[in-house]
Amino acid sequence: MMKTWQAGKRLLPMTAALGLILAGCGREDLSVLRPQGPAAESSFDLMKLAITIMVAVLLVVFTIAAYVLIRFRRKPGQREVPEQVEGNFKLEVIWTVIPLILVVILAVPTVKAVFAAGNDHADDPDAVKVKVTGHQYWWEFEYTDYGVKTAQDLVIPAGKDIAFELRTADVLHSFWVPSLSGKIDTNPDGTVNRFSFSAPNEGVYRGKCAELCGPSHGFMEFKVKSVSEAEFEQWLASMKAPAVLPEDPQLAETFRSACLRCHAVGDQGLAVGPDLTGFGSRESVAGILLNDDTGADGAPILENLQTWLHDPESVKPGNTMPDPKADLGLTDEEIDGIAEYLSGLTLE
Amino acid sequence: MDWITTVDHKKIAILYLWAGGFFFGIGGLEAILIRIQLIKPMNTFLDAQTFNELITMHGTTMIFLGVMPVIFALMNAIIPLQIGARDVAFPFLNALGFWTFLFGGLLLNLSWVMGGAPDAGWTAYTPLSSTTYSATHGVDFYTIGLQIAGLGTLIGGINFLATIITMRAPGMSYMRMPMFAWATFITSAIILFAFPAITVGLVLLTFDRILGANFFNPETGGNPVLWQHIFWIFGHPEVYILILPAFGIISEVIPTFSRKRLFGYSSMVFATLLIAFLGFMVWAHHMFTTGLGPVANALFSVSTMLIAVPTGIKIFNWLFTMWGGQVRFTTPNLFAVGFIPTFTMGGVTGVMLASAPADFQFHDTYFVVAHFHYVIVGGLVLGLFAGLHYWWPKMFGRMLSETLGKWTFWTFIIGFHLTFFVQHFLGLMGMQRRVFTYLPNQQFDTLNLVSTVGAGLMGVGMLIFLWNIYITSRKPADAADDPWEDGRTLEWTISSPPPEYNFKQTPLVRGIDAFWKEKLAGHQAMTPSEPVGSIHMPSATLLPFLMSVGIFIAGLGFMFSRDTFGSDVLGFLFNNYIVTGLGLVITFGSMLLRSLFDDHGWHIEPEELEGR
Ligand code: HEM
Ligand SMILES: [Cu+2]
Repeated sequence: MMKTWQAGKRLLPMTAALGLILAGCGREDLSVLRPQGPAAESSFDLMKLAITIMVAVLLVVFTIAAYVLIRFRRKPGQREVPEQVEGNFKLEVIWTVIPLILVVILAVPTVKAVFAAGNDHADDPDAVKVKVTGHQYWWEFEYTDYGVKTAQDLVIPAGKDIAFELRTADVLHSFWVPSLSGKIDTNPDGTVNRFSFSAPNEGVYRGKCAELCGPSHGFMEFKVKSVSEAEFEQWLASMKAPAVLPEDPQLAETFRSACLRCHAVGDQGLAVGPDLTGFGSRESVAGILLNDDTGADGAPILENLQTWLHDPESVKPGNTMPDPKADLGLTDEEIDGIAEYLSGLTLE
Repeated sequence: MDWITTVDHKKIAILYLWAGGFFFGIGGLEAILIRIQLIKPMNTFLDAQTFNELITMHGTTMIFLGVMPVIFALMNAIIPLQIGARDVAFPFLNALGFWTFLFGGLLLNLSWVMGGAPDAGWTAYTPLSSTTYSATHGVDFYTIGLQIAGLGTLIGGINFLATIITMRAPGMSYMRMPMFAWATFITSAIILFAFPAITVGLVLLTFDRILGANFFNPETGGNPVLWQHIFWIFGHPEVYILILPAFGIISEVIPTFSRKRLFGYSSMVFATLLIAFLGFMVWAHHMFTTGLGPVANALFSVSTMLIAVPTGIKIFNWLFTMWGGQVRFTTPNLFAVGFIPTFTMGGVTGVMLASAPADFQFHDTYFVVAHFHYVIVGGLVLGLFAGLHYWWPKMFGRMLSETLGKWTFWTFIIGFHLTFFVQHFLGLMGMQRRVFTYLPNQQFDTLNLVSTVGAGLMGVGMLIFLWNIYITSRKPADAADDPWEDGRTLEWTISSPPPEYNFKQTPLVRGIDAFWKEKLAGHQAMTPSEPVGSIHMPSATLLPFLMSVGIFIAGLGFMFSRDTFGSDVLGFLFNNYIVTGLGLVITFGSMLLRSLFDDHGWHIEPEELEGR
């Protein structure tokens, strides 16, 4: 064990250097290489250790290969037969034992981390419990302790452990926020998965579905919004406020009969589809049309809503929402009216 | 007709090669289409459904129909020659294996023109592959096509086992067998144990889909995770079925072109056995994120890492084979030498993946895509290229052009690294696999462009190879018996291409690298172990072809047995299992013919042998 540790120590400077190089790779809110929370950091530490060992191995192999290929080229006119060596017991033992030691160096922290990752905080009274359900192609988040349900945007208090319970309503999906934590599958009922992560820093992180789930698998994205404790409390309160329907009674009726059959706002509607409460404060429409008033990385929410409502199929092929115009019989004016209403449905 | 009825292992090898090459080409085209779609963010070159069909068919085609048959081609062409045999143990079965493989592959690819290809990934995870979520017949083509093709593989594997166990030339003990023969032997054993798992899985999935069974349907008590276990209990060993033959090829090519015997032969054999054994113990490392729990994850992590040890032994043994030798950079050896660092890179990322908590991040991302292509393309395909260039003169009597061969090598390997090296970073930066497109501004754009350009370059390498084959085929067949001059094993002692009966007299083997040993002793040829005598040959027959056609028809019939057709006649034929029955009648009828009419084959008499 002592030996292992020493070898590990010698690898440390290289690990640090590699860490620095890798940290330059990718977006802070998305890249595995720029971890923003303890769960992702634990994976990243293992990765750095593994990469270091593996780069060292590669260097040895490449060096020997290069040397052999240069030194032992057949020279023109070389006729004599080289000595036929059967093998070399000592050498062969060396390259059996060294890899074994390297494997042990990697295996010990791996096993430790595996058990640490198994800590799911399900019984931790301080943790925020969230039930995650994957649907073709959207995510549902239910805060069981608070009776609040939302979709696409997972709002969490910074620094707190979040205890997840994951399942799917249809096919397999996989819940992944690269900069916060590794992924975990959502299995159909019966094999419920639990795990936990936390996001110490406030910010918005990009989440993805990582298991092929149909045509729009690549578009099954979501956001994790880490906010201060106070903001979180306020968010919960306004999520529970009674629904405000469109002012125009006719539009309100259309909205109720066409949309609230599947969706919910506040205390109204069904929420078999994504819950739309506080929609105006969302980071995105449908998970992929990014709401950005500056237009740098997306479009204003109103525009995104119009894009979506006028032709959901073209945004997310194969999604299960009926087409407002073709299937639900809404007019262009009604659609634009509903878009306007929803984009104004902001939270405190 | 000659080709349809042949039972000669050398001709069957060539059939496998053309069929495998054909499917490899289809799989390659699919790969290029996939890469074109991913060349830039939010590309609309392909739609999402087509893309999913393409990745599914690309993966399935490459693994089952592209590289496996080329491996089988080399095994068929070389194994009997290397062990000093006149054919494989069961020539009739050998032909049957080829035809079932071909018709299975054709059935699978028919899906492109018969209403939709499979779209649930080559792993066909349920419930996505159930009729609820994949309503076309695509997945039926997958289950039934692979079932039929798999039959061929299993037959082939058993045949090689029997051949190697019973038909080695006198004096060739196991520990004197060439490494490629060892690799074939162990690969065949893996096939024997792994393929029944996928066979069962495919039957269950077929029943779920066509007969409405509920093995994998959670609503009625089935379990989708069960499919994952069944699939990977087969799927992981399958990876070794692919890579061990490549190891075997490299172990032949490197000693020949270093003019040295393989370093550490017995540890090579032992390492191969160990890899095969461990290969069966680690399937759940594909399922770390399924939620197996920490105990299972820890166990499968550690056992997976252990595979690095025997693999490392092999790599260092190859390097030390060249140490002190005289290395020649012929085309086959370029591929073999290129294999070592490339495969090592695939191997080390494998160890990284084995660490479960790190795999929570790697799994289902482009990091994994990069890893397995380093192993499969950088390992196996480079190995196959080495083997094909090496044994081409033996198979066809013509040397491939060395100049074009070197062009193939450089374009292919540079293209390969361009394509797949950057994908490691794409994965780490957050790009999942199997996505038909991606949003802009995620820093994925440049790397994807590089990857696509690399894929194009690999395509160019393939075209040069095809051109090489074409112009070579127009040259006279005048390759020497031992065209590389430093051949070490028995196949180089007979003419190129070999006569129908391979060895006029079975040679006597006096050590490892039998031919090389004789050359060192100053002999030009092997000492025969028997007098010249009459040689028994099996007869050509159409039955294996007919049996496979029958299975093909039965499969199609079964697949459509629940459909409603516009035409009453079709409906009647399919819905009453008449088509299925007809297919089975053809198959079983052929079997009956085979049993009723004894065919004793024919003989080549000594006078005839001397006459040539
Ligand atoms: C021309 C060379 C090749 C290129 C450019 C290429 C490219 C690709 C790409 C882009 C994917 C899709 C990744 C994803 O989104 O999941 C893929 C998947 C795959 N490739 Fe290749 N590939 C090549 C050769 C091969 C070969 C020779 C094999 C095997 C013998 C192979 C086996 C696979 C497998 C098993 C998959 C996974 C399919 C799935 O996810 O269902 N590839 N390849
Ligand atoms: Cu998905």
